[in-house]
Amino acid sequence: MRTISSDEIIATVRDLVKAAGTDLEPDILDALVQARDEEVSPLARHVLELFIANADIASREKIPTCQDTGVAVLFVEIGQEVYVEGSLEDAIQEGVKQGYQDGFLRMSVCDPITRINTGTNTPAVIHYEMAAGDKIRVFMLPKGCGSENMSGLTMLPPSAGIGGMVDFVVQTVVDAGPNPCPPLLVGVGMGGSFEKAALLAKKSLQRPLGQAHGRQDIAQLEEEIKAKVNEQGMGVQGLGGNHTALAVHIESFPSHIASLPVAVNIQCHAHRYKTITI
Amino acid sequence: MSLLRYRPDFFDHLKEVSLPFGPGVAEGLRAGDLVSLSGTIYTGRDQTHRRLDALLDQGKELPVDLSGQLLYYVGPSPAQPGQVIGAAGPTTSYRMDQYTPRLLELGLKATMGKGARSQTVRDAMEKHQAIYLAAFGGAGALLSQCITAVDLIAFADAGPEAMFRFQLKGFPAVVINDCQGADFYEQTRSQR
Repeated sequence: MRTISSDEIIATVRDLVKAAGTDLEPDILDALVQARDEEVSPLARHVLELFIANADIASREKIPTCQDTGVAVLFVEIGQEVYVEGSLEDAIQEGVKQGYQDGFLRMSVCDPITRINTGTNTPAVIHYEMAAGDKIRVFMLPKGCGSENMSGLTMLPPSAGIGGMVDFVVQTVVDAGPNPCPPLLVGVGMGGSFEKAALLAKKSLQRPLGQAHGRQDIAQLEEEIKAKVNEQGMGVQGLGGNHTALAVHIESFPSHIASLPVAVNIQCHAHRYKTITI
Repeated sequence: MSLLRYRPDFFDHLKEVSLPFGPGVAEGLRAGDLVSLSGTIYTGRDQTHRRLDALLDQGKELPVDLSGQLLYYVGPSPAQPGQVIGAAGPTTSYRMDQYTPRLLELGLKATMGKGARSQTVRDAMEKHQAIYLAAFGGAGALLSQCITAVDLIAFADAGPEAMFRFQLKGFPAVVINDCQGADFYEQTRSQR
């Protein structure tokens, strides 16, 4: 067994949260640059240029890329051979709190009934998974809710088929319009159960942007949906052009013979995430 | 004029607008106009709107006279030492739709956020000769550089949802709904 102290987890999560707030990963920057170079609308091209400048200012001046620094969503993979001293849950929550405070990130979490802000951006939404080995991998996603609010889930009958699934994803993006800050990363979860589909859609956002799914038929579906979404002409910020989606990521899981759950988790162009292995 | 160290070409295409609006200025703007905003505006998002609405229900005065003003839907991130403000891009506007007609009746001249407005708000804008602009969502760091002063006006306990007064200099935006009832998102969709 390898022992990891809660202090190390607190410090690691704190630094991860701060970095995620201000520094876009290279895959997102590359996608924005490529979109700008391939954009047909002059206005959309200008706006993409603004987003590239925004990422540069955010990183240099350590100003958040977007003021919506999100609800903190973390996927935590715990190696079976790891022993954590103290409470892992408490350590992660403390790291999130310190990261939002030290990073001057916006506190955006409130009670759903009273709407009173918790003031610490906690509790974070944490998904735990067990893995082989003696490490802990943390994926941190500060999820903005302009895009999160535009997400959707449906329980299709198997007769709807893949066509029904594609239509639902495209319609969800169309209905969202300019609200979720396109160009988007469209995360899709299909199969499993009600909650599994939603979780898969969120998990698909972990994949480096635009990296195709390992299964060829799913990779083709990703391309098909992306093309259909981009044909709609909403474009960057709903101002036109050919970049409503930067990428579509699908994750799939076997489902019940009676069921085809489909979840769409929409992510904005300010797709911030960080990963670290402890 | 722009305070940006790196200034994309985009800023060369903007129409200069001073705020609050002079007579006929908002009426002269058209859906699709790219504007550079300078001057005084007020801000508010969900909680500020809820509270303004409650004050009106109680027959009380609002913390500021919104007549002729622009109200920007934003919940900024905190300023670090030496900064005027943190990131300050727009939030999605439809959440303010149910409160907006009442504020337009009081003379509010413009709102700014991102995303489409309801038909009710569009009708109220046409009736009261008000406009709606979209700022660029997800460009909060860049937009923060176009804000030169920030004052807390009301609802401090709402944290990022409090009401502020901003001084803008060269803040870029797009006119979505003009006083004649045109909607730039609709125009964009119909062009495809």
